[in-house]
Amino acid sequence: MSDQVNVPTPPSINVSAWVVSKRYWYWLSALLPGVPLISAYIAVQTGSGIWLWFSVIFLYAILPAADWVFGLDNANPDSALVEKLKDDRYYVHIMYVVTVMHWLSLVGMAYVVSHYEWSWFSILGGALSAGILNGVGLVVGHEMGHKVRDKSQVLCAKIVMACCGYGHFPIEHNKGHHRHVATPEDPASSRLGESIYKFSKREMPGGFRRAWALEAERLQRLEKSEWSLSNEIIQPALLTITAYLLMLAFWGPLMIPFLFIAAAFGWWQLTCANYVEHYGLLRQKLENGRYERCAPHHSWNSNHKASNLILLQLQRHSDHHAHPTRPYQVLRDYADVPSLPSGYPWMFFVAMVPPVWFAMMNPKVVAWADADMNKVNLDPDLRDELFSRYHHAESS
Amino acid sequence: MNNPDIQNSVLQQYACPDCGYIYDESNGAEHEGYPAGTKWVDIPEDFPCPDCFITEKPDFLPFKT
Repeated sequence: MSDQVNVPTPPSINVSAWVVSKRYWYWLSALLPGVPLISAYIAVQTGSGIWLWFSVIFLYAILPAADWVFGLDNANPDSALVEKLKDDRYYVHIMYVVTVMHWLSLVGMAYVVSHYEWSWFSILGGALSAGILNGVGLVVGHEMGHKVRDKSQVLCAKIVMACCGYGHFPIEHNKGHHRHVATPEDPASSRLGESIYKFSKREMPGGFRRAWALEAERLQRLEKSEWSLSNEIIQPALLTITAYLLMLAFWGPLMIPFLFIAAAFGWWQLTCANYVEHYGLLRQKLENGRYERCAPHHSWNSNHKASNLILLQLQRHSDHHAHPTRPYQVLRDYADVPSLPSGYPWMFFVAMVPPVWFAMMNPKVVAWADADMNKVNLDPDLRDELFSRYHHAESS
Repeated sequence: MNNPDIQNSVLQQYACPDCGYIYDESNGAEHEGYPAGTKWVDIPEDFPCPDCFITEKPDFLPFKT
């Protein structure tokens, strides 16, 4: 129950007021899926298909600008406030609304691209915009998917993740990633020197295989077939297949590339999140053969106000890994933990340009490890090169 | 819990040191495939906490009410 880190100083009354007022700001998560809907409406009204790209611009340009303008949010709830907020169902109800909004957003965009004349370029923008929202939906699904004792949150997690057919994620993430995070065994922890493109080829299939194996093990203990409706990967997949087939039947074959691109770009957002969250960080193996417990210094954090409100404070990632079941409204910022130079939206963009990512992040990982490459989760293919370049090369 | 074997033996509880989950032998961990009445000794060593999944059986502590 205790934290291994220094407890922050008690917040002032103003800090508490801000933390409490965030209860209204979290509604931004529910408004966000409205962004592609509104931009699609403008596209229809103006006849200008470029508006279908708006959500892409929103993620990679407007949100990073908002992070830059609004800066950091270091406010933590004190223990009395945590007790008050942590079981408040209000925060859960927001996520139920968000779940509905994500389905409306996906179906709305599918309707708009299929019912008006657009160039292929505009349709691509619409599909990528829907994909970005699918990715944001996975953040909400992630939050609810951790609350395994709350059946309605688990159900809602499956529903929102079915938007892009990624229902295996809660199993992969809770039982796989959280257990093996920041170790070479984890396909969802990125390694020093590994580009996001190389990482995605390990992370996407590796995560699915691990989820399926874990679910098959569980069902085996329950003496049920892995090919049954008890399989919690198959359940949300059936929802995805049903919804996609209905859209295909009513709105035509354009739905095939549209839904595929929208789903795949949603998965890609999640891959970006996994990529930036633990890049290069490594837990040490203990003498008993087990890894040391995941500590706050095994996650990259970002305390940017704007993106944290929209991403349900997922960027307070050290606290999330220290306490995976802690609800988003009481996640805390720790002092002296690995910090990203910007919020996730901008880091996702940078990650897609590997030379810039390496230039920005490799020195941070080297400093984190005091230039000892034995303490870094590094790409085994580049082991010699990374050792000769970074090992005890820099004073830190 | 209608099983007389379960009722007649002393059932133990073990707590996850991180999230506070309590493994109660009388409830087991049904969703994970360990039915009610499963003794702690019969739980495998690599059993993760079925709530937070970051601790394993050797981390658990006996829990007394």
